[in-house]
Amino acid sequence: MNEIIEGFIRAGELIISLDPEVLEITARSLLISLTATLIASLIAIPIGGFIHFREFGGKRGLITIIQTLYALPTVIAGLFVFLLLSRVGPFGFLGLLFTPTGMIIGQTVLVVPLMVGMTLIALSGVKKTLQDEVISLGATSSQIIWTIVKEARFAILGGVILGFGRAISEVGAAMIIGGNIRGYTRVLTTAIALETSMGNIAFSIALGIILLIIALGVTTALFLVQER
Amino acid sequence: MIEFVHVYKRYGEKVVLEDLTFRIERGEIFTIIGPSGSGKTTILRMIDLLENPSSGSILIEGHDTNVSEGERVALRRRMSVVFQKPAALRGNVFENVALGLKFRGTPRDEMHARVTEALGLVGLDGYEERKATTLSGGELQRVAIARALVSRPEILLLDEPTANLDPVSTERIENLISFIKEQFGTTIVLSTHDMIQGQRLATRIAVILNRTIGQVGDSHQIFYQPKSREVARMVGIENIFEGTVAENTGGLAKIYIGNATIAAICPYPEGTHVTLYMRPEDVIFLIEKDGKSTARNEIEGTISRVTPMGPSVKIRMDGSIRIVAVITRRSYDELGLSPGSHVYASFKASAIHVVKNEQ
Repeated sequence: MNEIIEGFIRAGELIISLDPEVLEITARSLLISLTATLIASLIAIPIGGFIHFREFGGKRGLITIIQTLYALPTVIAGLFVFLLLSRVGPFGFLGLLFTPTGMIIGQTVLVVPLMVGMTLIALSGVKKTLQDEVISLGATSSQIIWTIVKEARFAILGGVILGFGRAISEVGAAMIIGGNIRGYTRVLTTAIALETSMGNIAFSIALGIILLIIALGVTTALFLVQER
Repeated sequence: MIEFVHVYKRYGEKVVLEDLTFRIERGEIFTIIGPSGSGKTTILRMIDLLENPSSGSILIEGHDTNVSEGERVALRRRMSVVFQKPAALRGNVFENVALGLKFRGTPRDEMHARVTEALGLVGLDGYEERKATTLSGGELQRVAIARALVSRPEILLLDEPTANLDPVSTERIENLISFIKEQFGTTIVLSTHDMIQGQRLATRIAVILNRTIGQVGDSHQIFYQPKSREVARMVGIENIFEGTVAENTGGLAKIYIGNATIAAICPYPEGTHVTLYMRPEDVIFLIEKDGKSTARNEIEGTISRVTPMGPSVKIRMDGSIRIVAVITRRSYDELGLSPGSHVYASFKASAIHVVKNEQ
């Protein structure tokens, strides 16, 4: 019991003293997950828009598949990207395995389905009557899409924040693709896993607290956005 | 201006509208009257090219509207719709009203001037910065009308524009509709389930019954000279009798209807089977037999039912025939009438509309 209390005290010291290694790991985590979120948004929102505004065969089936992928296990996303990037894989020549870029790709793959799904929900949350109004006011197809997406922007942003939350908190893909290399691909979650197994409880607790603070920030941002 | 040619609308197996053929002339207020769910909204949506007919065609100025999406956008930009339940975008009133102009790429200065003008027309001066989501129902309806007017449409489509409004807002919007027609010569197509509103506003009226057009005509034709029993019922003609012309002297006929004989203006010769229509407002009641008034018909009977209707009272009298009348509350009280009162129902020969029965 003492060890745990001591751990918390040590953790507090590490955070308050702005321990360089803690800071570095936190910064890398944020950078990788924010970049992945940004890329995923650029992919997912247009795809969501396309699925919402166009009628095509198999639309229902595609939406079901996307919804299933919300729960895509992070290790499977990691394994998938690992196979693509490994030396024998189709993109092995890029040399991205065990790099931050590789981790960004992994997290992007992981959160795109969730963000597409959230975009779809956001767009179908815009009343059908509003779309009729926009059409009747003489909008062209692209003006219709732009106006409706803009109308749903807060709900879409909610999906983006949710995606970021999933990216920064996942450990499977980061571990498999990044390899947890100290000073290079080590992020909050992989560091916690490693330090805990090495009995370095205080360091783990410090990183855990930071991760929770980020999660709290994400939740608060989500709440504020949805209040709009 | 707008022409429907044998238009059908089906949703799957369900036929919503059948064989509509009619014309809407430039600059008129064309009112579509029908019960709720009779397809009035669908007609307006088809005019605005939001929906396609299942078969038949819709022409605008003689040109078929079954064209490419780009041309449809161009056609739509000559029209505006005010939906029954208008929806507003997030943002303020200005952004909502300016939307149609933004789509048309109107320059910023002109946009401002025209939004201000449109808000002035609907009596919402200075509302530009208000949040659209905080408006009352009547205000939102007026914002929707301003949004429709701001692009100066040639055709204005109004779907039950006052269905959800209080009487004061209703009057304001009705006045505005008349003003728009007078001021801008806009062709207005309006749907309503309110007969009286149709009568107040319309140049011509189309009655929708059983998925198709029962009759098109001016308000006198619709309200006093219905073509069929269904149209008559729809427009509130409650006295409908079947009969045979017994004699006809220079257009004034005596018509047998069961136990009574009614004098009516009628072009048909003796022996013709006819249906008689009379509005309840055209009946007056007398306490004693008169025989001297200009009304040629007096039917004796007893009041069997009284229904208050605001400033009026609807009365059912049973005698040799059953007659339904609407009289003012004031005359009902002054005559001291009540259920069971013995009265004479009096009406003119010219109050009766006689239609020859199809064999």
